[in-house]
Amino acid sequence: MSDGNSTVIENSFYKQSTNKHTGILSWLLTVDHKRIGIMYGVTILFFFLVGVIIGVLMRLELIAPGKTIVDAQTYNSLFTLHGVIMIFLFIIPGLPAIFGNFFLPIQIGARDVAFPRLNLLSYYIYVLGAILALLSVILPGGAIDTGWTFYIPYSVRSNTNVSLPLLAAFILGFSSILTGLNFITTVHRLRAPGMTFFKMPLFVWATYATAWIQIIATPVVGITIVLVVLERLFGVGIFDPALGGDPILFQHLFWIYSHPAVYIMILPAMGVVSEIIPTFARRTIFGYKAIAMSSLAIAFVGYLVWAHHMFTSGMSDTARWIFSLLTFIVALPSGVKIFNWVATMYKGSIDPKPPFQWVMSFIFLFSIGGLTGLVLGSLATDIHVHDTYFVVAHFHFVMFGGTGTIFFAAIHYWFPKMFGRMYNDKLATLGVIGFFIGFLMLYFPKFIMGYMGMPRRYYDYLPQFANLQLISTIGSWVLALTIFFIVGYLIHALVKGKRATSNPWGGVTLEWHIQSPPPMENFKEIPIITHEPYDFSQLKEMKDE
Amino acid sequence: MSPAPTQHVETVDFVMLYIVGISVILLLGITATMIYFVFKYHRKKGHQPVDIHGNIWLEIIWIVIPTLLVLSMFYFGYTGFREYRDIPKGAYVIQAKARMWAWEFTYENGKKLDTLYVPLGKPIKLEMQSADVTHSLFIPSFRIKEDVMFGKTTHLGFTADKAGSYDIACAEYCGLNHSMMYTKVIVLPEEEFYTWLNKKEETSNPAEAVK
Repeated sequence: MSDGNSTVIENSFYKQSTNKHTGILSWLLTVDHKRIGIMYGVTILFFFLVGVIIGVLMRLELIAPGKTIVDAQTYNSLFTLHGVIMIFLFIIPGLPAIFGNFFLPIQIGARDVAFPRLNLLSYYIYVLGAILALLSVILPGGAIDTGWTFYIPYSVRSNTNVSLPLLAAFILGFSSILTGLNFITTVHRLRAPGMTFFKMPLFVWATYATAWIQIIATPVVGITIVLVVLERLFGVGIFDPALGGDPILFQHLFWIYSHPAVYIMILPAMGVVSEIIPTFARRTIFGYKAIAMSSLAIAFVGYLVWAHHMFTSGMSDTARWIFSLLTFIVALPSGVKIFNWVATMYKGSIDPKPPFQWVMSFIFLFSIGGLTGLVLGSLATDIHVHDTYFVVAHFHFVMFGGTGTIFFAAIHYWFPKMFGRMYNDKLATLGVIGFFIGFLMLYFPKFIMGYMGMPRRYYDYLPQFANLQLISTIGSWVLALTIFFIVGYLIHALVKGKRATSNPWGGVTLEWHIQSPPPMENFKEIPIITHEPYDFSQLKEMKDE
Repeated sequence: MSPAPTQHVETVDFVMLYIVGISVILLLGITATMIYFVFKYHRKKGHQPVDIHGNIWLEIIWIVIPTLLVLSMFYFGYTGFREYRDIPKGAYVIQAKARMWAWEFTYENGKKLDTLYVPLGKPIKLEMQSADVTHSLFIPSFRIKEDVMFGKTTHLGFTADKAGSYDIACAEYCGLNHSMMYTKVIVLPEEEFYTWLNKKEETSNPAEAVK
């Protein structure tokens, strides 16, 4: 439909149903990985925007000391919902479920994932979890107010609906586990002939490493949640000290999952970066093996650092310094990636199109996030800034400045491939700039407030924080407006955008060898892989220059 | 006398400066290099990119140097932590109790109140327990905090070097009025402290106490 070079133009996957139905049922019952990816995309984008709106409301409440728009109870529910939605419904599934589903099979030369039906089931499990989470907000009892960390004993004492969102998180975990299982099997079993592990694109490597974390770490949170629900419903003493339990045990179990989960969130984003930089620099990636192996190193060492969330929790001093040391070690593979990415720009032929601009913004913001992590890894400083705005700033730089930025980079990079349309470059650049400015205004003051001693999860604050809080709130408006602006021009491009060619950026991984949007089952004939993933000598455009 | 409220404040601020200093250099280095490359290797006609697959020496350098840097950060963080956790024997012990949403401090002679009074220059050890959920006693001006739990005693130590009044906040989310759980620590010269401690009748000084 769009590639002028192809001899036979096939119908795109939008026009071919995998089942006997047409219309909406052909989507709801599809087993095509691309359609499932798009369905995840719509659902996850919806929850992301809900999370953004809640975030804006929180910032509005904090614009000045005292009550502004909501009372303390509502505020406590708002920050809990913001965390639960953004983490469990947006950022954990985000990149793997949307772009992993859509592009992982294509990038390894497969027609679909290994278990297409399981893939659809994972989607519905996600939807079920999301519905339960939303139900808990409207049911009597009131929206959960424990914070997304559900710390015991407060979460046992709270009179709000705690069990239902916990059940939702439990169910969402299965979606994550099954997706991970599917991707691992796909990578092992369905690579095209000639595609050895070290010929796989780095996005595949990153998603593969993520999948291992998903299937190994997620069950721990599942078990923990079952124990909490047992405790809440039947009074079995496990974590609640009033019943003879140990609240620190809860924190350990919670973070044994939730810290590796941070890598579930960031690793696929790092994979996307490793795709975008070579494409726009038109040269091979620097340090392919170093980047691939650092993904595995992060996945592995990432299991061993969880208790750095607990340096003031009352656990033993020995545990504190051991986890501090391990935490510093996990910083290294992320550093290796950043250095290799920048080195990939050396002697390239760089065309900084919008996806590349997002990546540049990412490298700056994510570096700040990573480097401030060192402040938190160090015991002396963490004791001071733990549970303050410093931590809030740090993880928003890592998760939103990191994964969130790359979420937009990935949309802009693969948009022409997924939808066969092109957006307006100039508007997209405006989007990058607006996001960058709004982001820094919103989150950078939080580093300063945190070091000044502003604790997190505070409905109200002392007068010395008023100016920085105001700047932060204004930043939230800039950022939110930019996000809606981006969503706006992308939706416009879906309908009115110019037709995209099959390879608008001059990429060389397999998705750029098939038409935009791809046909059902991607490849008529499974390709035989002879090139390494970022070998641009095969590219026609290069020879013309 | 140290100009900072406690010796530990200087330690923490030094570690912070050390880590942030190195971080700023790295951040500016990475960003400047990236921007330089983007301009220098901007796509233009006749300019061929060069495929460089990697360089083992560079990989080694940017693993080894950061490793040394982070180990030094770990070391300073650890020694600073030891300084604060190793409370000298004979420290003056005060019991702290947290509940939703107030603090209560009990002294050796049974005196109780919601504001913490401590003598200047004397090592203090707070023995802390919660009556309900987990709280965290946070004194931003002293750069210290420790969680306060039900059923388990945790401790927090400091030696105030400057008389004055400093905020105490709750840093572990504990429900509705978490953000209102402020009180003060008031550092008095030792004599004044004991005069205050042994004064009967009065349980709190309303002029200085926040609540």
